[in-house]
Amino acid sequence: MNKPLRRIALFCGLLVLALLVRSNWLQYVKADSLNAKSENRRVGIERYSHERGNIIVDGKAITGSAVTKGSDFKYKTTWQDGAMWSPITGYASQAFGASQIESINDDILTGNSDSLFFDRTLSMFTGDKKKGGNVVTTLNADAQKAAFNGLKGKKGAVVALDPKTGKILALSSSPSYDPSVFAGNSTKDSDNRQVLLKDKDKPMLNRALRETYPPGSTFKVVTAAAALENGLYKGIDEATNSPDPYPLPDSTKPLNNEGTIPCKNATLKVALQWSCNTVFGKISNDLGNKEMIAEAEKFGFNSEIFTPVRADASVYPEDNRPQNAMAGIGQASNRATPLQMAMVASAVANDGKLMKPYMVDQLTAPNLDVVSKTKPEKMSEPLSAANAQNLQAMMENVVTNGTGKSAQMGNGITVGGKTGTAQHGLNNSEKPYAWFISYAKVNGSSPVAVAVVVEDASANRDDISGGGFAAPIAKAVMQAVINSKN
Amino acid sequence: MSVVTNTTTIGAIEAPSRRNTELMLLVFAVAISVFAYANVGLAMNGSLPSGMLGYGTGLILLAGVGHLVVRKFAAYADPLLLPLATLLNGLGLAFIWRLDQSPRLIQRAKYLFGAYSPDAPKQLLYSALGVALFVAVLVFLKDHRILQRYTYISMVVALVLLIMPMFFPAVNGAKIWIKVGSFTIQPGEFAKIIIAIFFSGYLMVKRDALALASRRFMGIYLPRGRDLGPILVIWALSILILVFETDLGTSLLFFGLFVIMLYVATERTSWIVFGLLMSAAGAVGVATFEPHVQDRVTAWLDPFACYTTDKSGACEQIANAVMSFGAGGTLGTGLGQGNSDLIGFAANADFILSTVGEELGLAGMMAILLMYGLIIERGVRTALAARDPFGKLLAIGLSGAFAIQVFVVAGGVMGLIPLTGMTMPFMAYGGSSVLANWALIGILIRISDTARRPAPSPAPSADAEMTQVVRP
Repeated sequence: MNKPLRRIALFCGLLVLALLVRSNWLQYVKADSLNAKSENRRVGIERYSHERGNIIVDGKAITGSAVTKGSDFKYKTTWQDGAMWSPITGYASQAFGASQIESINDDILTGNSDSLFFDRTLSMFTGDKKKGGNVVTTLNADAQKAAFNGLKGKKGAVVALDPKTGKILALSSSPSYDPSVFAGNSTKDSDNRQVLLKDKDKPMLNRALRETYPPGSTFKVVTAAAALENGLYKGIDEATNSPDPYPLPDSTKPLNNEGTIPCKNATLKVALQWSCNTVFGKISNDLGNKEMIAEAEKFGFNSEIFTPVRADASVYPEDNRPQNAMAGIGQASNRATPLQMAMVASAVANDGKLMKPYMVDQLTAPNLDVVSKTKPEKMSEPLSAANAQNLQAMMENVVTNGTGKSAQMGNGITVGGKTGTAQHGLNNSEKPYAWFISYAKVNGSSPVAVAVVVEDASANRDDISGGGFAAPIAKAVMQAVINSKN
Repeated sequence: MSVVTNTTTIGAIEAPSRRNTELMLLVFAVAISVFAYANVGLAMNGSLPSGMLGYGTGLILLAGVGHLVVRKFAAYADPLLLPLATLLNGLGLAFIWRLDQSPRLIQRAKYLFGAYSPDAPKQLLYSALGVALFVAVLVFLKDHRILQRYTYISMVVALVLLIMPMFFPAVNGAKIWIKVGSFTIQPGEFAKIIIAIFFSGYLMVKRDALALASRRFMGIYLPRGRDLGPILVIWALSILILVFETDLGTSLLFFGLFVIMLYVATERTSWIVFGLLMSAAGAVGVATFEPHVQDRVTAWLDPFACYTTDKSGACEQIANAVMSFGAGGTLGTGLGQGNSDLIGFAANADFILSTVGEELGLAGMMAILLMYGLIIERGVRTALAARDPFGKLLAIGLSGAFAIQVFVVAGGVMGLIPLTGMTMPFMAYGGSSVLANWALIGILIRISDTARRPAPSPAPSADAEMTQVVRP
């Protein structure tokens, strides 16, 4: 009876061996792929089991962590002034994932980044609890506050840049939302998010980066730059030889000016001061679609911009002649994001050099060691220094003598700007957007350039103008930046 | 094979009793379990658990009583079986206590039943009862051959135990419980021992007829129809159990048990071939029309399917178990620091191995599996050492049943085979299981004691004198 017994012993051994092999297969070979499964709740549990790192503005954290009760996920992110900062931070929710910086720098914030490996290993020995690293932004809290307060009760967006470096100093979108309301994973969080998603004012839309508007007359700065760069006129004081009204090419329609302003044969400087459609429409047509696209693209049109948060591409399209002429004054199919127009102003203010805009200055480890730092980067040079200075003179003239008077600041601060009132809707049926782009100069160098757009449907049509609506907000933002520098 | 030839692998004559080895191993087993308990407390609450003293004392008492009884009543027993059972039982208690602390499971219990009561104290009580049964077996069963007398009574009892659950409502889809008031038992666990006793007795008598009266057909020996009868009956019975009680595990266990014992008794490979063919046919046949079994097969084939197409809960549980093994990785998360309680239902019973896998990792799993392997192989060794065919058959039957149960449960939880509702011997929470397995170890120890006990010096016999040729 012993021979079969030995065989049974072998069989039982094989059963145990099969279990051992299976255990090795699951726990050694397949462990990583099992842990990466989206169905694996442990991933979330681990992720939220420790405090997430923070997003920092001016040395202060604008986000934080709170303990949640009755959930597997221990910590949720909180915001201070969530509505003010959400256009920069995005949201980070236990139930709905993350967006913008919270999503792009997620591995630093959760502490899982490879660049934090050393830090993690160290805390394994010291016994510290795992913590996330921080994201230090380029933003200026005062400027952001000014922008947010300026937009309060209106729809629109503000972007402020440091022209010399491309640092984003303020980035506001209105109406906004507080990401804290759906940071958890309860039913209430879900309901709150539904309310936001269904809101017809789209509070979760980032108007500063993800909405393109017709730039209106603010685009005339780009057209003027194209004229100067291509040597269309000898200087900003040369007569432009332009009729008023200007007959659109290949069309029976004339291009008119708003009101009675001295535009016939005006110089570039005067044309910008009065915002002459006729002059800039003619320039756009004279240069042609190709040249206009080339210059617009030097300013950053027609490509997405990563700050690192993605901004939609602004568009200067290939088009027929009459449309191209209209696009030259910021109408027709010409579309721009507020960020794009702030870049235009900053390139002019920075003597023709366009710096790549960015909002993440540093990534730091939980112990505040710098993991990486963003270096300012030149993006392009849309115009020569001489032409840039000419254009500065033109834009400063707009503020001193033209449509942008409400942005004057005094105290030895020079302001250059351009207003815009962009028509939109079929046959200009909807209320226009009020634009203002500007920069301020202190002691010959410019610390700030701003673009403001207000799409306020509640205002009376006659009241809507770049100078009246948008310029005061821009002025407040610039003032905030300059004050905080001192 | 004749009874008197000495074919044991363990030297039967003058074998050392090894009782002190057993004592040392028991101390080790208790120490490991208490350490595990302390570890859970430190990891989950940051302090040594308050019940540690009671738990440690309880375990020491159980092990001590077991050891003393073995020393007194089965002095030559295998020294590994008791420590292994104690260690598995002790670790099981630590894991059950760990799952008792899980806020997720407490919340779940409160939500489902309105109240929550920890399982570890109950399991400690069951373990005490189990050891008591173990002691009773050793004290009252002086010789395992006595069991031979109860062959047919065993059959009747086993059948009654197996059929009873049919008259009780199903629990979670399987009718394997007898419920009287708040008292529930899982008769399948006891039936496996009793049916092994019946098989041993029956086969010891019938094995020659089964082995020799057969015709050769296509290279294998076909038994005669009337000898084939019993295997057909048992096959039909196990299928019936499967159908009416939807208990794949128990039917697989009994069928495997019978095939193993037939094979050992008759030494005919043809029985194995028949057994495998018939169980395959039966399983496929049942799987085609039994939804409960179908669910489990689908869940086994693709555990993650239910996340995309909403199916039965069986699938999600398997997926969760597989993920908990993955989460453990090589070294595990550490006791009390895993999330195996995500499995929810039966986390501390059928699925207790997931907690082992997650918190002790591959290393711990291999250790635990090897411990089960050792119990099984010590059982087979006992069978080899036994001098009487009944003892051999009973020992191999019990170890075979143990092996199949371990394989079916562990394989099911790890997704190697479809899940069946059986418990991991000693570790899983459940009174029937702990009691039955302690009795099983008791019987094995009794057989191994008989096998290793030095043979009494032959009685002087006139007959022997006459035939003796050489005498030193």
